[in-house]
Amino acid sequence: MSVLLNRRTVVTGLILFAVLFPFVTRNDYVIHIMTLSFIWMIGVYGLNLLAGYTGYLSLAHAGFFAVGAYSLGLLTVEAGVNFWLALILACLFTGILGFLIGMIALRTREHFFAIYTLCVGYIIYLVIYKWDGLTGGVRGLIGIPAPSNIGPISFTSSISQYFLVLFFLLLTIFFIYRIVHSLTGRTFMAIRNSEDLALTLGISTMKNKLVSFVLSTIFAGLAGALYAGFVRFIGPDIGYITITFDLLIYLLIGGIGTMSGPIVGTLLIVWLSQYLQFLQDYRMLVFGPLLAFLIIFYPWGIVGIFQQWKQKRQARKARSIHQEENRKDEVELDAGVSADQEQVREG
Amino acid sequence: MFLQTKGLTKQFGGLVAVNKVDFTVEKGKINAIIGPNGAGKTTFFNLISGFHPPSAGQVIFKGRDITHLPPDQIARLGIARTFQTTHLFEQSTVLDNVIVGHRLRTSSTLWDAIFRTARHQREEKQCRDKALDVLDFVGLTDAADRLVAGLTQEAKKRAAFALALATDPEVVFLDEPAAGVNPDETDGLAELIRKMVERGVTVCLIEHKMQMIMNLADKIMVLNFGEKIAEGTPHEIMNNEDVIRAYLGGNAIA
Ligand SMILES: Nc1ncnc2c1ncn2[C@@H]1O[C@H](COP(=O)(O)OP(=O)(O)OP(=O)(O)O)[C@@H](O)[C@H]1O
Ligand SMILES: [Mg+2]
Repeated sequence: MSVLLNRRTVVTGLILFAVLFPFVTRNDYVIHIMTLSFIWMIGVYGLNLLAGYTGYLSLAHAGFFAVGAYSLGLLTVEAGVNFWLALILACLFTGILGFLIGMIALRTREHFFAIYTLCVGYIIYLVIYKWDGLTGGVRGLIGIPAPSNIGPISFTSSISQYFLVLFFLLLTIFFIYRIVHSLTGRTFMAIRNSEDLALTLGISTMKNKLVSFVLSTIFAGLAGALYAGFVRFIGPDIGYITITFDLLIYLLIGGIGTMSGPIVGTLLIVWLSQYLQFLQDYRMLVFGPLLAFLIIFYPWGIVGIFQQWKQKRQARKARSIHQEENRKDEVELDAGVSADQEQVREG
Repeated sequence: MFLQTKGLTKQFGGLVAVNKVDFTVEKGKINAIIGPNGAGKTTFFNLISGFHPPSAGQVIFKGRDITHLPPDQIARLGIARTFQTTHLFEQSTVLDNVIVGHRLRTSSTLWDAIFRTARHQREEKQCRDKALDVLDFVGLTDAADRLVAGLTQEAKKRAAFALALATDPEVVFLDEPAAGVNPDETDGLAELIRKMVERGVTVCLIEHKMQMIMNLADKIMVLNFGEKIAEGTPHEIMNNEDVIRAYLGGNAIA
């Protein structure tokens, strides 16, 4: 119970912080960077559902991000569709493409899956880059409208855009939280743990992997579409492999397969990159070793370190309670108790 | 006829791992398969549970041909199995490992998960109750909240049994349930296997521990180089010339 209350206060505190943040900083640039990192987080959550909870590391996610962005861009700029309708259609279209690609990609496993999706991501990038007539090729797509007004609310100021993206981020987290903590989530994790075991437990692995893959691409598409409406200009670079690796680094540093990893990793790396901007591309000299260190020693990232620490503390507490009981029951058995104490100190 | 294989054969390239095996699993009994390393025992299980498509032959379960069904559908028919090495998730608790075992008897979808429908609540409880029930059955109630990583080999085997039982099976195939477990604990596992049969679950197991098998099994089949060389009661098997020759002919048995 206290754990639940604890979690509730932490979550409420974080939401409150996020809501108050723009009023506290009042710095447009800072708000801009924060909005961008929220957009990345949505994509990272999508990747986490697939790679972290289902065990399939996709390297095509920048591609799906770009598909979402270009769908929104083309629908609003070329077809004159309303922003909100375009946003829904962009997610839908990304999901359908995800479905078709997933049908083939998910027949491979592990590193073959990673390599296959890497190729898919690159092909998506190439199509956007080369299909001048539709996408504008290298010139990119300009003049994407900002989200249209909803009643009296307009989305032209940076603060209103911030709140719009925050809303979608919270929605994403809500969805992912509910999925992960459900029978469906347990099914995904059973597949991650051992696909063979999942099969013997009567789980239709193909169907479940496909659900996870499609959801994950829809979140990537949503992030892309929001990006397009926020930055208002997109080029083929947003589909390039470096974006996939950015998302992956945020996820790995924060903690793959954890609920808060995407937030922690994205915030940390985005702001660290801001402070290290003077280093330009040499920033990677900082991130590279950090990433290698984490993956080797803490495969569940920063959130994993925290969880381990909490688990250890709980175990220690449990053991000292146990020890208390021992002391009451067997006062005369001094030897036994001191052996117990020894163990506690070791732990 | 409960479960039957007819001329079941599996070839890996030039190697015939299982060769024209006719076998029946008798309902309500403890059926055993023994044989030297590499005899094709695990492969035989893989064929029945749908992991490998057979090269020839048939698997019939309660009058239905299940030869070409995928593994998940075979599991849903009530055929469970464990692996030679338990595939449990070590970083998670015993209970969390076992809860998903009953998933196949539920029908909650993504929709139910996101909107926390009444069906989802009901089925989640159903899975949890089933997990607690089978953990109690295998004697792991006290370990339910412990990480699998911290369990003994024997407790892991029990957890794997629990997971198989959570699927509500009619028959379980156990691949070397007592491997890597000390003699005292082996007796405990044998006891548990008997208890499973009493509960109405038919058992078919592979085992190298001869003493255990001879005490436990109602019926034994011996495989050697993929072929069935003998079948019968423990007493018949112990006195079978071919079996003695196969075991003494260089293939030592643990
Ligand atoms: N997937 C596979 N591909 C190729 N050969 C295989 C495959 N699985 C098993 N084999 C081969 O088939 C033969 C039978 O193997 P199997 O694992 O069924 O033996 P086993 O009786 O279970 O042995 P053990 O007692 O050591 O577990 C072995 O020669 C093995 O190398
Ligand atoms: Mg084997």
